Amino acid sequence: MATDAQLFEWLCRMGDNALVLGHRVSEWCGHAPVLEEDIALANTALDLIGQTQLWLGLAGEVEGAGRDADALAYRRDVLDFRNLLLVEQPNRDFGHTMMRQFLFDAWHIEMLSALKGHDHEQISAIAEKSLKEVTYHAERSADTVIALGDGTEESHTRMQAALDRLWPYVGEMFLSDDTDRAVCDPAPLRAAFDARVNAVLAEATLTRPDSDFAHKGGKTGVRHTEHLGHMLAVMQFLPRAYPDAQW
Amino acid sequence: MYAQMVKSTGEGVRSLDEMDPQERAFQERIDAGGKIEPKDWMPDGYRKTLVRQIGQHAHSEIVGQLPEGNWITRAPTLERKAILLAKVQDEAGHGLYLYCAAETLGVTRDQMTRDLLSGKMKYSSIFNYPTLTWADMGAVGWLVDGAAIMNQVPLQRTSYGPYARAMVRICKEESFHQRQGFDIMMKMARGTPEQKRMAQDALNRFWYPSLMMFGPSDADSVHSAQSMAWKIKMNSNDELRQKFVDLTAPQADYLGLTIPDENLKWNEEKGGYDFSEPDWDEFFDVLKGNGPCSVERLEDRNRAWDEGRWVREAMLAHADKKRAAKLAAE
Repeated sequence: MATDAQLFEWLCRMGDNALVLGHRVSEWCGHAPVLEEDIALANTALDLIGQTQLWLGLAGEVEGAGRDADALAYRRDVLDFRNLLLVEQPNRDFGHTMMRQFLFDAWHIEMLSALKGHDHEQISAIAEKSLKEVTYHAERSADTVIALGDGTEESHTRMQAALDRLWPYVGEMFLSDDTDRAVCDPAPLRAAFDARVNAVLAEATLTRPDSDFAHKGGKTGVRHTEHLGHMLAVMQFLPRAYPDAQW
Repeated sequence: MYAQMVKSTGEGVRSLDEMDPQERAFQERIDAGGKIEPKDWMPDGYRKTLVRQIGQHAHSEIVGQLPEGNWITRAPTLERKAILLAKVQDEAGHGLYLYCAAETLGVTRDQMTRDLLSGKMKYSSIFNYPTLTWADMGAVGWLVDGAAIMNQVPLQRTSYGPYARAMVRICKEESFHQRQGFDIMMKMARGTPEQKRMAQDALNRFWYPSLMMFGPSDADSVHSAQSMAWKIKMNSNDELRQKFVDLTAPQADYLGLTIPDENLKWNEEKGGYDFSEPDWDEFFDVLKGNGPCSVERLEDRNRAWDEGRWVREAMLAHADKKRAAKLAAE
Protein backbone atom coordinates (compact mmCIF):
# COMPACT_ATOMS: atom_id res chain seq x y z
CA MET A 1 0.00 0.00 0.00
CA ALA A 2 1.45 3.33 -1.07
CA THR A 3 1.86 6.15 1.41
CA ASP A 4 0.48 9.53 0.34
CA ALA A 5 4.03 10.73 -0.24
CA GLN A 6 4.75 7.79 -2.52
CA LEU A 7 1.46 8.21 -4.31
CA PHE A 8 2.14 11.91 -4.89
CA GLU A 9 5.61 11.15 -6.21
CA TRP A 10 4.30 8.43 -8.52
CA LEU A 11 1.45 10.61 -9.85
CA CYS A 12 3.99 13.33 -10.63
CA ARG A 13 5.97 10.76 -12.63
CA MET A 14 2.93 9.92 -14.75
CA GLY A 15 1.81 13.55 -15.04
CA ASP A 16 5.25 14.92 -15.85
CA ASN A 17 5.79 12.34 -18.60
CA ALA A 18 2.55 13.47 -20.23
CA LEU A 19 3.31 17.15 -19.67
CA VAL A 20 6.87 17.15 -20.95
CA LEU A 21 6.16 14.97 -23.97
CA GLY A 22 2.94 16.87 -24.72
CA HIS A 23 4.91 20.10 -24.65
CA ARG A 24 7.64 18.74 -26.88
CA VAL A 25 5.13 17.48 -29.44
CA SER A 26 3.28 20.80 -29.35
CA GLU A 27 6.51 22.52 -30.42
CA TRP A 28 5.88 21.08 -33.91
CA CYS A 29 2.64 22.96 -34.40
CA GLY A 30 2.66 24.58 -37.84
CA HIS A 31 6.01 23.06 -38.84
CA ALA A 32 5.32 19.41 -39.66
CA PRO A 33 6.41 17.82 -42.96
CA VAL A 34 2.84 17.53 -44.21
CA LEU A 35 -0.52 18.92 -43.12
CA GLU A 36 -1.93 15.57 -41.99
CA GLU A 37 1.08 15.06 -39.71
CA ASP A 38 0.63 18.52 -38.27
CA ILE A 39 -2.91 17.63 -37.31
CA ALA A 40 -1.91 14.24 -35.90
CA LEU A 41 0.92 15.75 -33.83
CA ALA A 42 -1.41 18.38 -32.39
CA ASN A 43 -3.87 15.63 -31.58
CA THR A 44 -1.24 13.65 -29.69
CA ALA A 45 -0.09 16.75 -27.82
CA LEU A 46 -3.68 17.56 -26.90
CA ASP A 47 -4.29 14.07 -25.52
CA LEU A 48 -1.12 14.27 -23.46
CA ILE A 49 -1.95 17.69 -22.05
CA GLY A 50 -5.38 16.35 -21.11
CA GLN A 51 -3.77 13.40 -19.33
CA THR A 52 -1.43 15.81 -17.55
CA GLN A 53 -4.42 17.65 -16.13
CA LEU A 54 -5.80 14.39 -14.75
CA TRP A 55 -2.59 12.97 -13.27
CA LEU A 56 -1.29 16.23 -11.84
CA GLY A 57 -4.78 17.18 -10.66
CA LEU A 58 -4.92 13.97 -8.67
CA ALA A 59 -1.36 14.51 -7.44
CA GLY A 60 -2.40 17.89 -6.08
CA GLU A 61 -5.39 16.34 -4.30
CA VAL A 62 -3.27 13.61 -2.76
CA GLU A 63 -0.67 16.12 -1.63
CA GLY A 64 -3.35 18.22 0.02
CA ALA A 65 -1.21 21.35 0.06
CA GLY A 66 -3.50 23.44 -2.13
CA ARG A 67 -1.54 22.96 -5.36
CA ASP A 68 -3.59 22.18 -8.46
CA ALA A 69 -2.37 20.76 -11.78
CA ASP A 70 -1.35 24.22 -13.02
CA ALA A 71 0.62 24.99 -9.87
CA LEU A 72 2.48 21.72 -10.27
CA ALA A 73 3.10 22.22 -13.98
CA TYR A 74 4.10 25.86 -13.86
CA ARG A 75 5.66 26.47 -10.46
CA ARG A 76 8.11 23.62 -9.97
CA ASP A 77 11.72 23.77 -11.09
CA VAL A 78 13.84 21.06 -12.74
CA LEU A 79 14.74 19.28 -9.53
CA ASP A 80 11.08 18.61 -8.70
CA PHE A 81 10.18 17.22 -12.13
CA ARG A 82 9.77 13.45 -12.25
CA ASN A 83 9.51 12.67 -15.97
CA LEU A 84 11.63 10.13 -17.79
CA LEU A 85 14.74 11.45 -19.51
CA LEU A 86 13.40 10.07 -22.80
CA VAL A 87 10.50 12.52 -23.03
CA GLU A 88 12.59 15.63 -22.39
CA GLN A 89 14.86 14.86 -25.35
CA PRO A 90 14.54 17.63 -27.94
CA ASN A 91 12.51 17.09 -31.11
CA ARG A 92 15.51 17.23 -33.45
CA ASP A 93 14.11 16.01 -36.79
CA PHE A 94 10.72 14.39 -37.44
CA GLY A 95 12.39 10.98 -37.26
CA HIS A 96 13.66 11.57 -33.72
CA THR A 97 10.30 12.91 -32.69
CA MET A 98 8.45 9.87 -33.96
CA MET A 99 11.03 7.40 -32.63
CA ARG A 100 10.80 9.01 -29.19
CA GLN A 101 7.03 8.79 -29.43
CA PHE A 102 7.15 5.16 -30.50
CA LEU A 103 9.46 4.08 -27.65
CA PHE A 104 7.40 5.97 -25.10
CA ASP A 105 4.07 4.72 -26.48
CA ALA A 106 5.31 1.13 -26.38
CA TRP A 107 5.96 1.57 -22.64
CA HIS A 108 2.93 3.77 -21.99
CA ILE A 109 0.44 1.33 -23.45
CA GLU A 110 1.73 -1.51 -21.26
CA MET A 111 1.80 0.70 -18.21
CA LEU A 112 -1.74 1.98 -18.68
CA SER A 113 -3.00 -1.53 -19.40
CA ALA A 114 -1.48 -2.67 -16.12
CA LEU A 115 -3.04 0.27 -14.28
CA LYS A 116 -6.50 -0.18 -15.74
CA GLY A 117 -7.52 -2.63 -13.06
CA HIS A 118 -5.75 -0.83 -10.23
CA ASP A 119 -7.35 -0.79 -6.76
CA HIS A 120 -7.12 2.97 -6.59
CA GLU A 121 -10.31 3.99 -8.31
CA GLN A 122 -9.10 7.30 -9.75
CA ILE A 123 -5.86 5.81 -11.02
CA SER A 124 -7.72 3.07 -12.80
CA ALA A 125 -10.22 5.56 -14.26
CA ILE A 126 -7.48 7.85 -15.60
CA ALA A 127 -5.62 4.84 -17.00
CA GLU A 128 -8.71 3.57 -18.75
CA LYS A 129 -9.45 6.93 -20.36
CA SER A 130 -5.81 7.48 -21.36
CA LEU A 131 -5.45 3.98 -22.74
CA LYS A 132 -8.01 4.70 -25.46
CA GLU A 133 -5.94 7.67 -26.63
CA VAL A 134 -2.59 5.95 -26.24
CA THR A 135 -3.73 2.91 -28.21
CA TYR A 136 -4.09 5.26 -31.17
CA HIS A 137 -0.77 6.99 -30.43
CA ALA A 138 1.01 3.62 -30.36
CA GLU A 139 -0.57 2.51 -33.60
CA ARG A 140 0.34 5.73 -35.37
CA SER A 141 3.91 5.96 -34.08
CA ALA A 142 4.57 2.29 -34.96
CA ASP A 143 3.19 2.81 -38.49
CA THR A 144 5.32 5.91 -38.93
CA VAL A 145 8.49 4.20 -37.68
CA ILE A 146 7.83 1.33 -40.09
CA ALA A 147 7.16 3.61 -43.03
CA LEU A 148 10.21 5.79 -42.42
CA GLY A 149 12.51 2.92 -41.51
CA ASP A 150 11.54 1.06 -44.65
CA GLY A 151 11.00 4.09 -46.93
CA THR A 152 14.13 5.44 -48.63
CA GLU A 153 17.84 5.12 -47.97
CA GLU A 154 17.87 8.56 -46.39
CA SER A 155 14.88 7.91 -44.16
CA HIS A 156 16.30 4.55 -43.10
CA THR A 157 19.62 6.17 -42.10
CA ARG A 158 17.81 8.90 -40.19
CA MET A 159 15.58 6.46 -38.32
CA GLN A 160 18.48 4.19 -37.40
CA ALA A 161 20.35 7.26 -36.09
CA ALA A 162 17.31 8.28 -34.06
CA LEU A 163 16.97 4.79 -32.60
CA ASP A 164 20.66 4.63 -31.69
CA ARG A 165 20.52 8.07 -30.15
CA LEU A 166 17.41 7.42 -28.06
CA TRP A 167 17.99 3.80 -27.06
CA PRO A 168 20.05 4.68 -23.94
CA TYR A 169 16.90 6.33 -22.56
CA VAL A 170 14.76 3.19 -22.85
CA GLY A 171 16.09 1.38 -19.78
CA GLU A 172 14.93 4.03 -17.33
CA MET A 173 11.31 3.26 -18.13
CA PHE A 174 11.66 -0.17 -16.54
CA LEU A 175 13.77 0.67 -13.50
CA SER A 176 11.75 0.42 -10.35
CA ASP A 177 12.11 1.75 -6.85
CA ASP A 178 9.92 1.59 -3.74
CA THR A 179 7.67 4.32 -5.11
CA ASP A 180 6.98 2.39 -8.30
CA ARG A 181 6.52 -0.90 -6.52
CA ALA A 182 4.04 0.71 -4.14
CA VAL A 183 1.75 1.54 -7.08
CA CYS A 184 2.74 -0.41 -10.18
CA ASP A 185 6.11 -2.00 -10.87
CA PRO A 186 7.20 -1.33 -14.47
CA ALA A 187 9.96 -3.98 -14.48
CA PRO A 188 7.68 -6.89 -15.46
CA LEU A 189 6.39 -4.89 -18.46
CA ARG A 190 9.73 -5.14 -20.24
CA ALA A 191 8.98 -8.44 -21.97
CA ALA A 192 5.82 -7.14 -23.62
CA PHE A 193 7.62 -3.91 -24.56
CA ASP A 194 10.46 -5.88 -26.14
CA ALA A 195 8.08 -8.06 -28.12
CA ARG A 196 6.22 -5.02 -29.48
CA VAL A 197 9.37 -3.04 -30.25
CA ASN A 198 11.21 -5.96 -31.85
CA ALA A 199 8.31 -6.68 -34.18
CA VAL A 200 8.05 -3.07 -35.32
CA LEU A 201 11.80 -2.62 -35.73
CA ALA A 202 11.98 -5.79 -37.82
CA GLU A 203 9.24 -4.53 -40.13
CA ALA A 204 10.96 -1.16 -40.24
CA THR A 205 14.24 -2.90 -41.22
CA LEU A 206 15.94 -1.20 -38.27
CA THR A 207 18.55 -2.80 -36.02
CA ARG A 208 17.98 -2.83 -32.32
CA PRO A 209 21.14 -1.53 -30.58
CA ASP A 210 23.20 -4.16 -28.74
CA SER A 211 23.94 -2.17 -25.65
CA ASP A 212 21.28 -1.91 -23.02
CA PHE A 213 23.13 0.85 -21.19
CA ALA A 214 20.55 3.11 -19.55
CA HIS A 215 20.82 6.74 -18.52
CA LYS A 216 18.79 7.37 -15.41
CA GLY A 217 17.83 10.11 -13.02
CA GLY A 218 14.73 11.61 -14.66
CA LYS A 219 11.93 9.95 -12.77
CA THR A 220 13.77 10.16 -9.47
CA GLY A 221 14.63 13.79 -10.16
CA VAL A 222 18.26 13.09 -9.29
CA ARG A 223 19.71 14.26 -12.60
CA HIS A 224 17.73 15.54 -15.57
CA THR A 225 19.33 16.47 -18.88
CA GLU A 226 20.18 20.09 -19.69
CA HIS A 227 17.23 20.21 -22.06
CA LEU A 228 14.52 20.28 -19.40
CA GLY A 229 15.48 23.63 -17.90
CA HIS A 230 15.20 25.39 -21.24
CA MET A 231 11.83 23.85 -21.85
CA LEU A 232 10.56 24.99 -18.44
CA ALA A 233 11.95 28.48 -18.97
CA VAL A 234 9.71 28.82 -22.02
CA MET A 235 6.72 26.94 -20.65
CA GLN A 236 6.64 28.66 -17.26
CA PHE A 237 7.49 32.17 -18.40
CA LEU A 238 4.09 33.80 -17.92
CA PRO A 239 3.08 32.40 -14.52
CA ARG A 240 6.61 33.11 -13.24
CA ALA A 241 6.81 36.65 -14.64
CA TYR A 242 3.30 37.59 -13.47
CA PRO A 243 2.73 35.51 -10.34
CA ASP A 244 -0.43 37.41 -9.31
CA ALA A 245 -2.21 37.12 -12.63
CA GLN A 246 -5.15 34.88 -13.48
CA TRP A 247 -5.24 33.74 -17.08
CA MET B 1 -11.53 38.06 -44.74
CA TYR B 2 -8.85 35.56 -45.58
CA ALA B 3 -8.91 36.29 -49.30
CA GLN B 4 -7.96 39.81 -50.32
CA MET B 5 -7.98 41.52 -53.68
CA VAL B 6 -8.70 38.36 -55.61
CA LYS B 7 -8.56 39.13 -59.30
CA SER B 8 -11.24 37.77 -61.61
CA THR B 9 -11.31 38.12 -65.39
CA GLY B 10 -10.91 41.88 -65.29
CA GLU B 11 -13.34 42.16 -68.16
CA GLY B 12 -16.37 43.38 -66.30
CA VAL B 13 -19.71 41.70 -65.87
CA ARG B 14 -21.51 40.72 -69.05
CA SER B 15 -25.26 40.81 -69.28
CA LEU B 16 -27.21 37.60 -69.90
CA ASP B 17 -27.87 38.72 -73.47
CA GLU B 18 -24.14 38.92 -74.19
CA MET B 19 -23.53 35.33 -73.06
CA ASP B 20 -23.61 32.19 -75.16
CA PRO B 21 -26.35 29.71 -74.19
CA GLN B 22 -24.07 27.58 -71.99
CA GLU B 23 -22.78 30.50 -69.97
CA ARG B 24 -26.23 31.99 -69.79
CA ALA B 25 -27.63 28.77 -68.31
CA PHE B 26 -24.74 28.74 -65.83
CA GLN B 27 -25.41 32.33 -64.74
CA GLU B 28 -29.16 31.77 -64.51
CA ARG B 29 -28.57 28.81 -62.25
CA ILE B 30 -26.47 30.98 -59.94
CA ASP B 31 -29.02 33.79 -60.06
CA ALA B 32 -31.70 31.31 -58.99
CA GLY B 33 -29.60 30.29 -55.96
CA GLY B 34 -28.45 26.98 -57.43
CA LYS B 35 -25.07 25.37 -56.68
CA ILE B 36 -22.32 24.63 -59.15
CA GLU B 37 -20.68 21.23 -58.61
CA PRO B 38 -17.20 20.06 -59.73
CA LYS B 39 -18.35 18.16 -62.82
CA ASP B 40 -20.61 20.94 -64.06
CA TRP B 41 -19.56 23.18 -66.90
CA MET B 42 -18.21 26.52 -65.69
CA PRO B 43 -16.56 29.50 -67.37
CA ASP B 44 -12.80 29.44 -67.24
CA GLY B 45 -12.75 32.74 -65.37
CA TYR B 46 -15.03 31.35 -62.65
CA ARG B 47 -12.75 28.36 -62.19
CA LYS B 48 -9.56 30.44 -62.08
CA THR B 49 -10.99 33.05 -59.73
CA LEU B 50 -12.22 30.38 -57.36
CA VAL B 51 -8.85 28.63 -57.34
CA ARG B 52 -7.20 31.93 -56.44
CA GLN B 53 -9.75 32.71 -53.75
CA ILE B 54 -9.98 29.26 -52.14
CA GLY B 55 -6.22 28.79 -52.45
CA GLN B 56 -5.58 32.12 -50.75
CA HIS B 57 -7.99 31.19 -48.02
CA ALA B 58 -6.33 27.79 -47.52
CA HIS B 59 -2.87 29.35 -47.41
CA SER B 60 -4.11 31.87 -44.85
CA GLU B 61 -5.20 29.04 -42.58
CA ILE B 62 -1.81 27.37 -42.89
CA VAL B 63 0.32 30.50 -42.45
CA GLY B 64 -2.17 31.59 -39.78
CA GLN B 65 -1.01 28.67 -37.64
CA LEU B 66 2.33 30.42 -37.14
CA PRO B 67 1.47 33.58 -35.17
CA GLU B 68 -0.66 31.55 -32.75
CA GLY B 69 1.67 28.57 -32.74
CA ASN B 70 4.18 31.12 -31.47
CA TRP B 71 2.40 31.04 -28.07
CA ILE B 72 1.46 27.38 -27.68
CA THR B 73 4.69 26.62 -25.82
CA ARG B 74 4.14 29.67 -23.58
CA ALA B 75 0.42 29.34 -22.86
CA PRO B 76 0.00 30.21 -19.18
CA THR B 77 -2.22 27.33 -18.02
CA LEU B 78 -2.77 23.75 -19.13
CA GLU B 79 -6.31 24.59 -20.18
CA ARG B 80 -5.23 27.59 -22.26
CA LYS B 81 -2.54 25.47 -23.86
CA ALA B 82 -5.06 22.78 -24.77
CA ILE B 83 -7.55 25.31 -26.17
CA LEU B 84 -4.89 27.06 -28.24
CA LEU B 85 -3.56 23.76 -29.56
CA ALA B 86 -7.08 22.71 -30.52
CA LYS B 87 -7.62 26.03 -32.25
CA VAL B 88 -4.42 25.88 -34.27
CA GLN B 89 -5.21 22.28 -35.12
CA ASP B 90 -8.62 23.40 -36.38
CA GLU B 91 -6.87 25.87 -38.64
CA ALA B 92 -4.75 23.11 -40.16
CA GLY B 93 -8.01 21.20 -40.65
CA HIS B 94 -9.59 24.21 -42.37
CA GLY B 95 -6.58 24.37 -44.65
CA LEU B 96 -7.12 20.74 -45.48
CA TYR B 97 -10.84 21.12 -46.36
CA LEU B 98 -10.10 24.16 -48.45
CA TYR B 99 -7.25 22.53 -50.38
CA CYS B 100 -9.64 19.64 -51.04
CA ALA B 101 -12.30 22.08 -52.26
CA ALA B 102 -9.75 23.73 -54.56
CA GLU B 103 -8.60 20.32 -55.82
CA THR B 104 -12.11 19.70 -57.16
CA LEU B 105 -11.33 22.53 -59.60
CA GLY B 106 -8.40 20.66 -61.10
CA VAL B 107 -5.39 22.03 -59.22
CA THR B 108 -3.28 19.92 -56.83
CA ARG B 109 -2.40 20.75 -53.24
CA ASP B 110 1.28 20.34 -54.10
CA GLN B 111 1.02 22.92 -56.87
CA MET B 112 -0.78 25.38 -54.61
CA THR B 113 1.80 24.78 -51.88
CA ARG B 114 4.63 25.46 -54.30
CA ASP B 115 2.91 28.69 -55.36
CA LEU B 116 2.62 29.75 -51.73
CA LEU B 117 6.25 28.94 -50.97
CA SER B 118 7.53 30.84 -54.00
CA GLY B 119 5.43 33.86 -53.07
CA LYS B 120 3.31 33.58 -56.23
CA MET B 121 0.11 32.96 -54.29
CA LYS B 122 -0.80 35.20 -51.38
CA TYR B 123 -2.28 34.74 -47.94
CA SER B 124 -4.08 37.24 -45.74
CA SER B 125 -2.05 40.32 -44.81
CA ILE B 126 -2.99 39.92 -41.14
CA PHE B 127 -0.66 36.97 -40.56
CA ASN B 128 2.35 39.12 -41.32
CA TYR B 129 1.98 40.87 -37.98
CA PRO B 130 3.80 39.59 -34.89
CA THR B 131 2.19 38.15 -31.74
CA LEU B 132 4.14 39.73 -28.91
CA THR B 133 2.27 39.05 -25.68
CA TRP B 134 -0.32 36.57 -24.44
CA ALA B 135 -3.00 39.23 -24.98
CA ASP B 136 -2.33 38.87 -28.71
CA MET B 137 -3.89 35.40 -28.51
CA GLY B 138 -7.01 37.18 -27.27
CA ALA B 139 -6.83 39.90 -29.91
CA VAL B 140 -6.29 37.42 -32.74
CA GLY B 141 -9.32 35.38 -31.70
CA TRP B 142 -11.52 38.36 -30.99
CA LEU B 143 -10.59 40.65 -33.89
CA VAL B 144 -8.97 38.49 -36.56
CA ASP B 145 -11.34 35.55 -36.29
CA GLY B 146 -14.16 38.04 -35.76
CA ALA B 147 -13.30 39.76 -39.04
CA ALA B 148 -12.91 36.42 -40.80
CA ILE B 149 -16.36 35.31 -39.67
CA MET B 150 -17.95 38.45 -41.16
CA ASN B 151 -16.85 37.29 -44.58
CA GLN B 152 -17.16 33.55 -44.10
CA VAL B 153 -20.70 33.37 -42.81
CA PRO B 154 -22.16 34.72 -46.09
CA LEU B 155 -19.79 32.43 -48.02
CA GLN B 156 -21.74 29.47 -46.70
CA ARG B 157 -24.21 30.47 -49.43
CA THR B 158 -21.58 30.81 -52.13
CA SER B 159 -22.39 29.33 -55.55
CA TYR B 160 -19.65 26.70 -55.63
CA GLY B 161 -20.91 23.63 -53.74
CA PRO B 162 -17.66 22.24 -52.27
CA TYR B 163 -16.59 25.70 -51.11
CA ALA B 164 -19.97 26.43 -49.51
CA ARG B 165 -19.95 23.10 -47.67
CA ALA B 166 -16.38 23.57 -46.42
CA MET B 167 -17.42 26.98 -45.17
CA VAL B 168 -20.31 25.59 -43.13
CA ARG B 169 -17.94 23.48 -41.11
CA ILE B 170 -15.32 26.20 -40.86
CA CYS B 171 -17.81 28.77 -39.58
CA LYS B 172 -18.88 26.57 -36.69
CA GLU B 173 -15.30 26.29 -35.52
CA GLU B 174 -14.46 29.92 -36.16
CA SER B 175 -17.22 31.14 -33.91
CA PHE B 176 -15.76 29.03 -31.10
CA HIS B 177 -12.37 30.56 -31.83
CA GLN B 178 -13.79 34.04 -31.70
CA ARG B 179 -15.42 33.35 -28.33
CA GLN B 180 -12.27 31.91 -26.81
CA GLY B 181 -10.36 34.98 -28.01
CA PHE B 182 -12.86 37.27 -26.38
CA ASP B 183 -12.62 35.19 -23.20
CA ILE B 184 -8.84 35.70 -23.09
CA MET B 185 -9.34 39.43 -23.67
CA MET B 186 -11.84 39.57 -20.83
CA LYS B 187 -9.44 37.91 -18.41
CA MET B 188 -6.66 40.22 -19.49
CA ALA B 189 -8.72 43.41 -19.51
CA ARG B 190 -10.05 42.66 -16.03
CA GLY B 191 -6.79 41.31 -14.67
CA THR B 192 -3.77 42.99 -13.12
CA PRO B 193 -2.60 46.39 -14.39
CA GLU B 194 0.12 44.60 -16.39
CA GLN B 195 -2.47 42.36 -18.04
CA LYS B 196 -4.70 45.30 -18.83
CA ARG B 197 -1.76 47.07 -20.41
CA MET B 198 -1.06 44.03 -22.59
CA ALA B 199 -4.72 43.87 -23.62
CA GLN B 200 -4.81 47.54 -24.65
CA ASP B 201 -1.50 47.20 -26.46
CA ALA B 202 -2.79 44.17 -28.37
CA LEU B 203 -5.91 46.08 -29.41
CA ASN B 204 -3.76 49.04 -30.48
CA ARG B 205 -1.60 46.84 -32.68
CA PHE B 206 -4.31 44.62 -34.16
CA TRP B 207 -7.11 47.13 -34.76
CA TYR B 208 -6.05 48.62 -38.08
CA PRO B 209 -4.54 45.40 -39.48
CA SER B 210 -7.93 43.79 -38.72
CA LEU B 211 -9.76 46.51 -40.66
CA MET B 212 -7.32 45.88 -43.55
CA MET B 213 -8.41 42.25 -43.66
CA PHE B 214 -11.50 43.29 -45.63
CA GLY B 215 -9.34 44.88 -48.32
CA PRO B 216 -9.58 48.44 -49.68
CA SER B 217 -12.88 49.81 -50.87
CA ASP B 218 -14.00 47.79 -53.87
CA ALA B 219 -16.98 49.91 -54.82
CA ASP B 220 -15.55 50.45 -58.29
CA SER B 221 -13.69 47.19 -58.77
CA VAL B 222 -14.53 45.17 -61.88
CA HIS B 223 -13.09 42.08 -60.20
CA SER B 224 -15.44 42.42 -57.25
CA ALA B 225 -18.44 43.07 -59.47
CA GLN B 226 -17.73 39.89 -61.43
CA SER B 227 -17.16 37.84 -58.26
CA MET B 228 -20.40 39.13 -56.82
CA ALA B 229 -22.29 38.23 -59.99
CA TRP B 230 -20.88 34.73 -59.65
CA LYS B 231 -21.76 34.70 -55.94
CA ILE B 232 -18.27 33.83 -54.86
CA LYS B 233 -18.13 37.18 -53.13
CA MET B 234 -21.29 38.05 -51.27
CA ASN B 235 -20.76 41.56 -49.88
CA SER B 236 -18.62 44.57 -50.62
CA ASN B 237 -15.49 45.14 -48.55
CA ASP B 238 -16.83 48.39 -47.10
CA GLU B 239 -20.10 46.78 -46.14
CA LEU B 240 -18.33 44.02 -44.19
CA ARG B 241 -15.87 46.43 -42.60
CA GLN B 242 -18.74 48.60 -41.37
CA LYS B 243 -20.50 45.56 -39.94
CA PHE B 244 -17.32 44.51 -38.16
CA VAL B 245 -16.79 47.93 -36.58
CA ASP B 246 -20.42 48.15 -35.52
CA LEU B 247 -20.18 44.82 -33.77
CA THR B 248 -16.73 45.28 -32.26
CA ALA B 249 -16.91 48.84 -30.89
CA PRO B 250 -19.45 47.98 -28.14
CA GLN B 251 -17.42 44.86 -27.27
CA ALA B 252 -14.34 47.04 -26.71
CA ASP B 253 -16.45 49.24 -24.44
CA TYR B 254 -17.60 46.21 -22.52
CA LEU B 255 -13.97 45.19 -22.05
CA GLY B 256 -13.05 48.68 -20.87
CA LEU B 257 -10.55 49.02 -23.69
CA THR B 258 -10.14 51.94 -26.08
CA ILE B 259 -10.15 51.47 -29.83
CA PRO B 260 -7.20 53.51 -31.12
CA ASP B 261 -9.30 55.83 -33.30
CA GLU B 262 -10.24 59.36 -32.26
CA ASN B 263 -12.82 59.49 -35.02
CA LEU B 264 -14.75 56.46 -33.88
CA LYS B 265 -18.22 57.77 -33.17
CA TRP B 266 -21.78 56.47 -33.42
CA ASN B 267 -23.59 58.04 -36.35
CA GLU B 268 -27.30 57.99 -35.65
CA GLU B 269 -28.21 58.93 -39.20
CA LYS B 270 -26.49 56.01 -40.88
CA GLY B 271 -27.14 53.70 -37.95
CA GLY B 272 -23.48 52.73 -37.70
CA TYR B 273 -20.14 54.00 -36.48
CA ASP B 274 -17.96 56.52 -38.26
CA PHE B 275 -14.34 55.43 -38.11
CA SER B 276 -10.91 56.11 -39.60
CA GLU B 277 -9.57 54.21 -42.57
CA PRO B 278 -6.45 52.17 -41.98
CA ASP B 279 -3.20 53.23 -43.62
CA TRP B 280 -3.60 51.68 -47.06
CA ASP B 281 0.04 52.35 -47.95
CA GLU B 282 0.98 50.01 -45.13
CA PHE B 283 -1.48 47.44 -46.48
CA PHE B 284 0.06 47.52 -49.95
CA ASP B 285 3.54 47.29 -48.44
CA VAL B 286 2.48 44.18 -46.54
CA LEU B 287 1.01 42.65 -49.71
CA LYS B 288 4.32 43.29 -51.45
CA GLY B 289 6.09 41.24 -48.80
CA ASN B 290 7.11 44.06 -46.50
CA GLY B 291 4.99 43.15 -43.50
CA PRO B 292 6.76 42.99 -40.13
CA CYS B 293 6.90 39.17 -40.30
CA SER B 294 6.46 38.50 -44.03
CA VAL B 295 9.95 37.13 -44.49
CA GLU B 296 9.81 34.96 -41.35
CA ARG B 297 6.42 33.48 -42.25
CA LEU B 298 7.51 32.32 -45.69
CA GLU B 299 10.87 31.24 -44.34
CA ASP B 300 9.11 29.08 -41.73
CA ARG B 301 6.82 27.49 -44.29
CA ASN B 302 9.71 26.86 -46.66
CA ARG B 303 11.82 25.34 -43.91
CA ALA B 304 9.02 23.01 -42.84
CA TRP B 305 8.53 21.96 -46.45
CA ASP B 306 12.25 21.46 -47.19
CA GLU B 307 13.03 19.69 -43.93
CA GLY B 308 10.00 17.47 -44.38
CA ARG B 309 10.90 16.39 -47.90
CA TRP B 310 12.63 13.19 -46.78
CA VAL B 311 9.55 12.25 -44.76
CA ARG B 312 7.15 12.73 -47.64
CA GLU B 313 9.44 10.84 -50.02
CA ALA B 314 9.85 7.98 -47.54
CA MET B 315 6.12 7.66 -46.97
CA LEU B 316 5.48 7.49 -50.70
CA ALA B 317 8.30 4.98 -51.19
CA HIS B 318 6.96 2.79 -48.39
CA ALA B 319 3.43 2.93 -49.78
CA ASP B 320 4.76 1.94 -53.22
CA LYS B 321 6.67 -1.01 -51.76
CA LYS B 322 3.60 -2.17 -49.89
CA ARG B 323 1.49 -1.93 -53.02
CA ALA B 324 4.07 -3.86 -55.04
CA ALA B 325 4.29 -6.57 -52.36
CA LYS B 326 0.53 -6.88 -52.31
CA LEU B 327 0.38 -7.21 -56.09
CA ALA B 328 3.15 -9.83 -56.06
CA ALA B 329 1.25 -11.83 -53.45
CA GLU B 330 -1.93 -11.87 -55.52
